[in-house]
Amino acid sequence: MSKSPEVKLVNVPSPNFVPEKDLGKPLVLEAAHLGIDFGGLVAVDEFNIGIGATEICGLIGPNGAGKTTIFNLLTKVYEPTRGTIMLGGKDTHNLTPVQVNQMGIARTFQNIRLFDKLTVEENVKIGLHNHMGYHTLAGVFRLPNYWSEEKKAHERALELLDIFGMADLANVTADSLPYGAQRRLEIVRALATGPKLLLLDEPAAGMNPSETEELMNNIRKIRDEFQIAVLLIEHDMNLVMGICESIVVLNFGRIIAKGTPSQIQGNPQVIEAYLGTHRG
Amino acid sequence: MLAHLINGISLGSIYAIIALGYTMVYGIAKMLNFAHGDVIMVGGYVSFCSMMYLGFPAPLAVLLAMIVCTTLGITIERLAYKPLRSATSLAVLITAIGMSYFLQNAALIIWGANPKAFPNMFKDIEAIEFAGARISPVALVAIVANVIIMVALTLFTSRTKVGKAMRAVSEDKGAATLMGINVNFTISLTFAIGSGLAAIAGVLLCTAYPTLMPTTGSMPGIKAFTAAVFGGIGSIPGAMIGGILLGVIEIFARAYISSELADAIVFGVLIVVLIFRPTGLLGKQIHEKV
Repeated sequence: MSKSPEVKLVNVPSPNFVPEKDLGKPLVLEAAHLGIDFGGLVAVDEFNIGIGATEICGLIGPNGAGKTTIFNLLTKVYEPTRGTIMLGGKDTHNLTPVQVNQMGIARTFQNIRLFDKLTVEENVKIGLHNHMGYHTLAGVFRLPNYWSEEKKAHERALELLDIFGMADLANVTADSLPYGAQRRLEIVRALATGPKLLLLDEPAAGMNPSETEELMNNIRKIRDEFQIAVLLIEHDMNLVMGICESIVVLNFGRIIAKGTPSQIQGNPQVIEAYLGTHRG
Repeated sequence: MLAHLINGISLGSIYAIIALGYTMVYGIAKMLNFAHGDVIMVGGYVSFCSMMYLGFPAPLAVLLAMIVCTTLGITIERLAYKPLRSATSLAVLITAIGMSYFLQNAALIIWGANPKAFPNMFKDIEAIEFAGARISPVALVAIVANVIIMVALTLFTSRTKVGKAMRAVSEDKGAATLMGINVNFTISLTFAIGSGLAAIAGVLLCTAYPTLMPTTGSMPGIKAFTAAVFGGIGSIPGAMIGGILLGVIEIFARAYISSELADAIVFGVLIVVLIFRPTGLLGKQIHEKV
């Protein structure tokens, strides 16, 4: 058998940057030249991003810039027209939303999409679905393994709910929760799937300043406790500037700026995108 | 009077078991599977053949019918409905009606048009006397089977992970997918359960009304669909209540008003109920957001 040819591998300089603390750890997400067209409309183009293992990254931009479309691409609701998405170093080309969820990406929704008629605990258990190791038939016949796995899931669900102090609401239906609590439950449900990267779509929408403050602390707490990365879309600049280590600004489907919060705040292009050009 | 009531509950129990198939499939796949009634007919023929030609004992014949119908249900879903997952509901509805005719005509070719006399599997058991009313064993078995199925199904959907996944999929397929739930598996499972129950209903129906023809399933199928709508389509307890009420109304109408008008009265009651409660007795009220 012939020996395979010797190839010298060299480092390719990546266009991405990560916080110093995540240097040396593999990137949790790396998207390159990502783009999608809807008919003739280019919705997203040349989207490049790298997210460090425990980075909190903000995705901002005016309405209609394509932020939620990016989330839909990353979670494979849409198959990209161009480019690649690597999750934990693996290409997600042609994978389904269920498969990428199992690879470690989970999300919340801009317009809350909880399972309204299920209880708070059951909503979390849907997130835990793939972590419960019993067969459907074991559930039908209630074999010992069903009881032990259900008990574990019950305890885990309460533990996760406790992050937001919601364990006492476990048995109420999701639709009876106040708005802010529904947003928090969506985060818990996403966390239950065991992600390495959590995507939050406007987590602070409709929250008052004190709720937003609490949410910021909780996002940091989740990141520290679970050692995961967070990518969030948000219009509340206090939250974005307060917790994000890096920020990506999107306008008309393209990245117009990347950097630390202070770099973004002073960037003339960003100011222009948000406020329009100055006419003298 | 009591005898009519019990017969009504018994007939209603059979409707309820069939209605479960409609209501679960509607709840999860958001489609009306009009071929469901014909799966009942297939269940009847399979159990008939295995008892008459293969000499199987009754319980084994029922089991075989369940296996065949479950497989048939999953196959129908895979071949006919799955490719239409993102099509308009009208396309799926027409396909379901087509599938219904396909099954009826396939049965016509395989088993012929002549009605078959279904064997009475309870012929050795005496009818039970209860408070002056004679209750046939099949009536009793239908009621007991219905209760067991309802309890088992309720426990399944509320206590197991797959049952919860089914409820999640029925509420929001997209969100369930993004939480890692395999929607296709969940839909297949729903068809499997519905079709397995259709086999049981088929055997009960043919034992109670022992003529078996390729069109045997269509009328009970339509009545069970009515029962599902009556109780609130998508709701499991709704199917039970709708089925039993429908059975009781039908038997009473037949006994006290007119046997020719019984079906008209049944559907008339449905129309009246839907005027006052458009989502059925237990159906959830949909609040229009303005």
